[in-house]
Amino acid sequence: MTRLVLEGLTKAYPGAGQAALHDLSLAVESGSLTALLGPSGSGKTTTMKLIAGLLSPDRGEVLLDNRPITSLPPEKRQVAMVFQNPLLFPHLTVAQNVGFGLKMQGLPAHRIADEVATMLGRVRLTGLGARRPAQLSGGQQQRAALARALVLAPRVLLLDEPLSNLDPTLRDEMRGLVRDLQRETGITTLVVTHDQAEAVALADQIALLLDGRLAQHAGPDDFYRRPASQAVARFFGAVNFIPGTARAGQFQTSFGLLALPPESAEGAHLLTIRPESILLGPGPNPLTARVKAVTFLGTQSRVDLSVAGHPLRAVVAPDAARSLRAGDSIPIALPPTALWLLPAQS
Amino acid sequence: MRGSWRTLAGLGLASWLILPMVPLVIWSFAHGWRFPDLLPQTWSIKAWTYALSPASGVLNSFGLTTLIAAATTLLAALIGVPAGRALGLHQFRGKTLVTLFLLAPAVLPGMAVVFGLHGLFLRLGLTGSVPGVVLAHLIPVLPYMTLIMAAVFSRFDPDFEAQARTLGATPFQTFRCVTLPAILPGLLTGALFAFLVSWSQYLLTLAIGGGRVQTLPLLMFGFVSAGRNDVTSAIALLYILPGLLILAVTIRQVTGRNIALTEGLRP
Repeated sequence: MTRLVLEGLTKAYPGAGQAALHDLSLAVESGSLTALLGPSGSGKTTTMKLIAGLLSPDRGEVLLDNRPITSLPPEKRQVAMVFQNPLLFPHLTVAQNVGFGLKMQGLPAHRIADEVATMLGRVRLTGLGARRPAQLSGGQQQRAALARALVLAPRVLLLDEPLSNLDPTLRDEMRGLVRDLQRETGITTLVVTHDQAEAVALADQIALLLDGRLAQHAGPDDFYRRPASQAVARFFGAVNFIPGTARAGQFQTSFGLLALPPESAEGAHLLTIRPESILLGPGPNPLTARVKAVTFLGTQSRVDLSVAGHPLRAVVAPDAARSLRAGDSIPIALPPTALWLLPAQS
Repeated sequence: MRGSWRTLAGLGLASWLILPMVPLVIWSFAHGWRFPDLLPQTWSIKAWTYALSPASGVLNSFGLTTLIAAATTLLAALIGVPAGRALGLHQFRGKTLVTLFLLAPAVLPGMAVVFGLHGLFLRLGLTGSVPGVVLAHLIPVLPYMTLIMAAVFSRFDPDFEAQARTLGATPFQTFRCVTLPAILPGLLTGALFAFLVSWSQYLLTLAIGGGRVQTLPLLMFGFVSAGRNDVTSAIALLYILPGLLILAVTIRQVTGRNIALTEGLRP
């Protein structure tokens, strides 16, 4: 069980004007499965490589259980990394690939064979050890790559987009396997992904990187209900932003007063509400909205609304939107518990 | 239809390669062979017994030529692998210029290089010595080695090395267990060329060796000038032996997908 701490990590690539990673501080709790989330170019892979020791930071420290490892070479860190491509060594068999790290440690052959056999069983590749990597399917290769890292019982496991090369059904299966193995072994794990849905489904904690900076580090639920900024909210699919001023539990907007949840902040803010939290019909914080467009999306329908010229988007069950036509005037409600205040300037 | 064309092409190629050697074989067993006789009047193994006897110096020379070619190949690999890696994997300022410089010895006439080199080696005390000849051989050999290795590395994914390191492999282990197996076919191709280019070097050996380093081509030319067609033929047949041998051993490695010669450098 190892706690991974990043302190003020900064890294700029030569020639690139902006730093790839700017003053990143992050504590990954022992035994947790944390997703490092962000769009491409946000510094996720740079962070991984800094932790693995494949890059060295311009400033900052990487600590495992309070001991700095920043100056250690990759092979001395006990941090195993699984890349986006399985990168199985093509000249070795699957079993030799999985046993690679143990062989480098100089373990006797019979012990390697035992450990490899156990590990292949855990990733459901029993009986495929004698094959060449090219004879495995994409999903099997990815599982072999995972086994090759896990067999070392590393202090920290880094997974760089481990699911992005897989088709959707395999992705679900692999996600479940990663979750189960992580829970069983309790290895502190950091998963890089650009897909917020994947991060939410997989991780206990999410660290969102935007433009090389840590935007928010919290549980998955908080990114929907309590985003730290407009940028974070947008990344998680929020589209409704209403400017105004909060005072004494009420929010003054251009179209009237809205009741806020208890203990809300005061002053100028941006109010946000998830599209799926807007009620079509009477309720708390009632408003009258004009329907601009209804889009059927299969399992749900998107309803674009306008409240006194201000756009709002609702997502509802298809049945609730079936009778709506563009141009209709309908009552809607914004439940106070679903309202969240964001900093005004962002 | 296709099969017969292939047979025909095969036969054509074989005769192209093998027919020129037939007179050599005949000469090496001939005891005088005069125009317009189709075949020699009398046969003899005298040329062979002489060529293989210590008196002719052929066996000594064979050993020396092998040593020089092997040393040249080894040095070329030690320099060519890292240099090819830099050219194949990295983009840097002046890469085209570096490539041009590397190619220059293979493009320039050897005679032009020899004079300047001789003066330099004379001052360094390298003339007339085996190390001097090996260094001189590196000039035509290194471009081949480096460009072949650059082509090999341009297809190598260095993430494999990063992966090995995070699995606990030291830099040396990473090279031995990951990089080397990946580049081995290309390295063998390069080594094959290096060995044969050094093996067949005449001009540089003559100029730098100053006649004191008697490799097989030098020895053979001596017999050519002496008009000993029978001994020359016997030596010539010995001379092509390593080429055939190396080719037979490595043919599977250097043909097919792995051949890297035609793959250019990425600009």
